[in-house]
Amino acid sequence: MATLIINGTPRDIEVDPDTPLLWVIREQIGLTGTKYGCGVAACGACTIHIDGVATRSCALPVSAVEPDQQITTIEGLSPDSSHPVQQAWLALDVPQCGYCQAGMIMAAAGLLMQNPNPADEDINAEITNICRCGTYNRVRAAIKLAAKAGEATQRG
Amino acid sequence: MNATISLSRRSFIIGVAATAGGLSLGFNVPFIKPALAEGSEAAPEINAWVVIRPDDTVVIRIARSEMGQGTLTGLAQLVAEELNCDWSKVTTEYPSPAQNLARDRVWGNFSTGGSRGIRESHEYVRIGGAVAREMLIAAAAAEWGVPASECTARMGMVTHAASDRATFYGQLAAAAARMTPPANVTLKDPKDWTIAGKPLPRLDTADKLNGSQIYGTDLKLPNMLNAAIRACPYFGGKVESFDAAAVAGMPGVRTVVQVDETAVAVVADTWWRAKTALDALPIVWDEGPNRQVTSASIAAMLEEGLGANDAFVGARQGDAGAVLSAAGRTVTATYAFPYQNHATMEPMNATALYTPERCEVWVPTQNGEASLAAAAEAAGLPVQQCEVHKIHLGGGFGRRGNFQDYVRQAVSIARQVPGTPVKLVWSREEDMLHGAYHPTTRCRLTGALDADGNLTALHMRISGQSILAAVRPQGMQNGMDPVVFQGLVLSGTEGTLGYTVDNLLVDHAMRNPPIPPGFWRGVNLNQNALYVECFMDELAHAAGVDPLAFRRKLMAKHPKHLAVLEAVAERIGWDNPPAAGVHRGLAQIMGFGSYVAAAAEVSVTDGQLRIHRIVAATDPGHVVNPAQVERQVEGSFVYGLSACIYGECTVNGGRMEQENFDSYEVLRMAEMPEVETIILPSGGFWGGVGEPTIAVAAPAVLNAIFAATGKRIRTLPLKNHDLS
Repeated sequence: MATLIINGTPRDIEVDPDTPLLWVIREQIGLTGTKYGCGVAACGACTIHIDGVATRSCALPVSAVEPDQQITTIEGLSPDSSHPVQQAWLALDVPQCGYCQAGMIMAAAGLLMQNPNPADEDINAEITNICRCGTYNRVRAAIKLAAKAGEATQRG
Repeated sequence: MNATISLSRRSFIIGVAATAGGLSLGFNVPFIKPALAEGSEAAPEINAWVVIRPDDTVVIRIARSEMGQGTLTGLAQLVAEELNCDWSKVTTEYPSPAQNLARDRVWGNFSTGGSRGIRESHEYVRIGGAVAREMLIAAAAAEWGVPASECTARMGMVTHAASDRATFYGQLAAAAARMTPPANVTLKDPKDWTIAGKPLPRLDTADKLNGSQIYGTDLKLPNMLNAAIRACPYFGGKVESFDAAAVAGMPGVRTVVQVDETAVAVVADTWWRAKTALDALPIVWDEGPNRQVTSASIAAMLEEGLGANDAFVGARQGDAGAVLSAAGRTVTATYAFPYQNHATMEPMNATALYTPERCEVWVPTQNGEASLAAAAEAAGLPVQQCEVHKIHLGGGFGRRGNFQDYVRQAVSIARQVPGTPVKLVWSREEDMLHGAYHPTTRCRLTGALDADGNLTALHMRISGQSILAAVRPQGMQNGMDPVVFQGLVLSGTEGTLGYTVDNLLVDHAMRNPPIPPGFWRGVNLNQNALYVECFMDELAHAAGVDPLAFRRKLMAKHPKHLAVLEAVAERIGWDNPPAAGVHRGLAQIMGFGSYVAAAAEVSVTDGQLRIHRIVAATDPGHVVNPAQVERQVEGSFVYGLSACIYGECTVNGGRMEQENFDSYEVLRMAEMPEVETIILPSGGFWGGVGEPTIAVAAPAVLNAIFAATGKRIRTLPLKNHDLS
């Protein structure tokens, strides 16, 4: 038995300690917004926040998460899609198929917490998630729009 | 264009009578009720395409699959345009494949591929909207006792101006559903559109921002189990044996089953536990007949085809052979295009629930009817006892249409645990090793130039794999695969060559390696555009003529091809020199009924390629949602440049070598160029937009690389080449 704090709520879980955090979130907690894309931390579809830091959860054993660490998933980024990144995504109609977008949004929100006004080079270095539909240029524009909204550092 | 359409075809006579009957769901297992019935008193179905609720919500039925391309929004716009409803009240739903079957295919073709979603259904969905509109007007007129001709419908409301009466669609829906559909309707001229033709936001965005969009991998059903699968990684191989007892006691494991001849699956309470046990499961493969097959052996097989005598002719004009042999000056080059994986972000998956009486499948599919057929076949049940629930796709790109292997597998597993739903999800490794790969071909091009630098003859010899031969043999024509010649044929509306060459021969030596090929977004247009557009650039340089000017001379009889090429050349500033260190390349092609072109600006510094800017132009005839067209064009460069720079599935020992994104790299944010999209709808035809632009991505960039480096890259991907 282990305890994880997910989206602000402590959750008791019973699971093999080697289980990747992704699968605990998806299958034990039942939050399926965080996606499986590769299992080797190469695509970023599984990006969540641990203590505010964007983290790929598919190759991270649940045992590596401390009981007092705050895990935030896409479902917990805001209660009503009001996070500036989500709002920017809505304004620019960013998603296509959408499968990678939860990870993209979490990566973008994580970037803006560390760097409220990222330059193109910062975005290039930090947003390495894969999108196959081709939303990259709108993702970039939406990150800049969210940065302009200026609230990103106080949220999420 | 005002088209009066006769509604003689039965599929458009869609009054309530045709909706009687429907599906009988008399079974006592927890099958989920279909998302839609045939309408009800509470939500009357005006016709197959339109349901209107009392609160004025308009539910538009969408037969094609949404996989990110925006067809759901575009098709809804077309129906709403004719319906004259309030767009803010529009929502959508998928009819199911079994309902389509039960209702005599009232929704037409479900197949969503070949960039056909809009271009092949625009007419009948607009008719559906127009018929519903007329029935709503008739209902209001009957209620008011006035002639229907005196009533108008606008913004979800019918008005009778003479008596100053108006009522909302929601109040009329029940009566409208009982009206006789009109015998004919007149469709609007696209220039009068107010909903269609506009860059409206997508209807499916909100749920993709907060994790609530459900994909196939996210499905949860009562008592559901999860399955992980491993199929024989050697093409043509199968399962010899496996030791189920070795993993039977592992946590969560319920059963280990063989799936057909080729695969083994572990069924467990969670997918992770299923996969963990599968990784521990001893499996012995019968490696089959192809263990000696390698990328090199396939290349040799195709090389032989380049000079072989047996070839199918796809285009012939004059006598290319004679002119080439007599020519004073010829140019020859050989190009090659490797295997590619679709690599959808959502791995293949399907969920199945089987009982001896019924089988139901939930699946992200590009072709619900193909899924239904696969489910029925795998279940061994009549198709009337099966149902498929379509789920939004996490990418399709051609992998989820013709190929229903994951549906067959899911049903095969579910048959071995009857009464319990089982969700099968492939690992990324399984997805990479069991693709329906973009086929590999090579092309030798030989051109003759006269003393003035004019192209007098061209022979394109394609050698390589046929998709149709492997997956749709009924589409073959006397042994020839016509789709091999996409974009290179002399007539038709799908994809003609944009050049007039007096002596032309395009032929294909079919060489089919034992690797399963498939329809990969853009299909054969991808390599054909690469071959012809890079070679045009080679010829122009050999002739000492500007590549745009060289093409213009050959394009006088192809004004639509030329128009998009001119548009990108003008926008990128072809006539003015680029910035220092920046170099340009051009490409154009016609495919999927549309004319497309691209101009690229690149620089190569110390061998490092940087693509600064892309200008793309598309003429799809008519545009239903310019914002979505722009996204398809821009996304085409992600897909096309991924293939150009990284994409390559290599074969060794009869299996693919790449197993995940760490060895099958794709384009990421840092490499994504700016893309400017020019939409040039010239009207009079309907072309697709999801695929054609992919084909011009690589040649435009490769031609720019030549301008930058003097290096002619003739084999993809670029990662294998030193540009320094």
